[in-house]
Amino acid sequence: MSDFDNKKILAEPVFDNNPIVLQVLGICSALAVTAKLETALIMCLALTVVVALSNLFISMIRHHIPSNIRIIVQMTIIASLVILTDQVLKAFVYDIAKQLSVFVGLIITNCIVMGRAEAFAMKNPPLPSLLDGIGNGLGYSVILIVVAVIRELFGSGTLLGVEILPLVTEGGWYTPMGMMLLPPSAFFIIGLFIWALRTWKPAQVEKPDYQIHAVHRTEAV
Amino acid sequence: MSKTRDFLDRLHPLFAKGGKFEKYYAVYEMVDTFFYSPPDVTRTAPHVRDGIDLKRVMIYVWLAVMPAMILGCWNIGYQAHMAMAEMGVSSIDGWRGALLELLGTTYDPASALYNFLFGFTYFLPVYLTTFIVGGIWEVIFAAVRNHEVNEGFFVTSILFSLTLPPTIPLWMVALGISFGVVIGKEVFGGTGKNFLNPALTGRAFLYFAYPAAMSGDAVWTALDGYTGATPLGIAALEGIGGVTEAGFNWTQTFFGQLPGSIGEVSTLAILIGGAFLIITGVANWRIIAGVFAGMVATTLLFNAIGSDSNPMFAMPWYWHLTIGGFAFGMVFMATDPVSASMTNQGRWIFGALIGFMTVLIRVVNPAFPEGIMLAILFANIFAPLIDYGVVNANVKRRRARLAAATEAEAAT
Repeated sequence: MSDFDNKKILAEPVFDNNPIVLQVLGICSALAVTAKLETALIMCLALTVVVALSNLFISMIRHHIPSNIRIIVQMTIIASLVILTDQVLKAFVYDIAKQLSVFVGLIITNCIVMGRAEAFAMKNPPLPSLLDGIGNGLGYSVILIVVAVIRELFGSGTLLGVEILPLVTEGGWYTPMGMMLLPPSAFFIIGLFIWALRTWKPAQVEKPDYQIHAVHRTEAV
Repeated sequence: MSKTRDFLDRLHPLFAKGGKFEKYYAVYEMVDTFFYSPPDVTRTAPHVRDGIDLKRVMIYVWLAVMPAMILGCWNIGYQAHMAMAEMGVSSIDGWRGALLELLGTTYDPASALYNFLFGFTYFLPVYLTTFIVGGIWEVIFAAVRNHEVNEGFFVTSILFSLTLPPTIPLWMVALGISFGVVIGKEVFGGTGKNFLNPALTGRAFLYFAYPAAMSGDAVWTALDGYTGATPLGIAALEGIGGVTEAGFNWTQTFFGQLPGSIGEVSTLAILIGGAFLIITGVANWRIIAGVFAGMVATTLLFNAIGSDSNPMFAMPWYWHLTIGGFAFGMVFMATDPVSASMTNQGRWIFGALIGFMTVLIRVVNPAFPEGIMLAILFANIFAPLIDYGVVNANVKRRRARLAAATEAEAAT
């Protein structure tokens, strides 16, 4: 156990190795459920629970899984957890579960869950795997929440349904940006987020294929 | 050496490397190369010697849109004055009214000068906003990235402002051009590396972000409270019969007496600009011909198919040409050398794809009355693929020829 830096496992996926912006996994649901903050929060919670528990369970039985059927075993565990999550959401927050529609079910195919099971849980003990799952769930959540805050605030002038920017149609001054309610806007926001993150952490920038300007232009004048 | 040259030379050390304003070299260079030929020489192969440079190309495009701009402004005034007469309004409020009255306007649709001045008070703020906001972005990126402030922006700014409805709020203009310049161009590395037309990217952003200000019936005439549909909007509902019933004949729409975006209305003025661009070699005639041919062919196809429920099927091609933004997009937007196909055969295919998609969207898609903007953006995305296909077909043909030649040689 001493080989693992638990804090690092938990914190690294949030900014340094974010599943969405660095590994570019799980984009689909990030576009689909972020028009409102409320649905995004529930989605984050659902995904974090699934990825954490699937990591934990898969890690627990990792020595007993024959390698040639491991994907099937992983899928069975993940699918069971997703169905469980879906039932819980339907029981307690039915309205939101209805808005999330198929996207809770689609957590099964979310690359983050499979990716972490394959890349981490199959090789590591249960506790670090659990933390890795929570960390990746948090990394996913950070992006979803940022995107959802921007989209709900500028698209409908509200946050969690509470009015922040009074709309023109209701006598206020803010003209809602219809684009924000359309899924493609999440692409732009995630793109801009990646841009900002890589400016902050230049280590994440890929090397350019070739350099165009080798010298400062003023030197040649 | 003139005084300007001396002045610029004296300033040079301040902006050169190690100077006080090194960061703002891009601004210095912009002013310098605006007045004089750039002193830079090409340092690596290939070397091209040509009297025409990017600056000249861009100025030609800018000149070519002037007829469309002038007739567009005249039309804003004409439409507004007609609407004023219809609604019985005798003066307009705000700074525009004050300024126009100072100039002695009569709000008479018969007066060409006052029509133009009226329209110009709407066009100029839109253009200035576009120019200033977009220009600031250009300079920021040029300074940070250490590249030139590019003249391409001259063209982007005028084309963008001409595609907007006259009543658009200025903050939307600022937002739209910011999106067009930053997301449409700069994130991909600036002029020459953008795969979408930046002006259209900005317009498409506004179209989806603020549909109420960019489409519908109330935005095309510069008079508060007046609603009048564009002929294209009418045609989508009632077919071409509805358009003529609403009082538009084809000659009117050809000369540009119809509600619409600022610069798109006058097909005549646009074609004059287009002829200028083709003669000077700035725009490629193959693209324009391709768009036109694609549009005519698709229209004839729809005419032949016919439809009982959709009157757009029966709209003839010469109406497609004059109403909506088709002519403007065909001449000025599709021919953007950066985002269009680069091979000659590719240009035909690229153009035809635009013509086909425009008519397809106009006729079949009930959600969008106008299709040219989306069609061009769509074709922009396909342009590299089209070029790839053309180049590969060429490689394949030459390879086959070589193989045939070697075979013949071996046989002898």
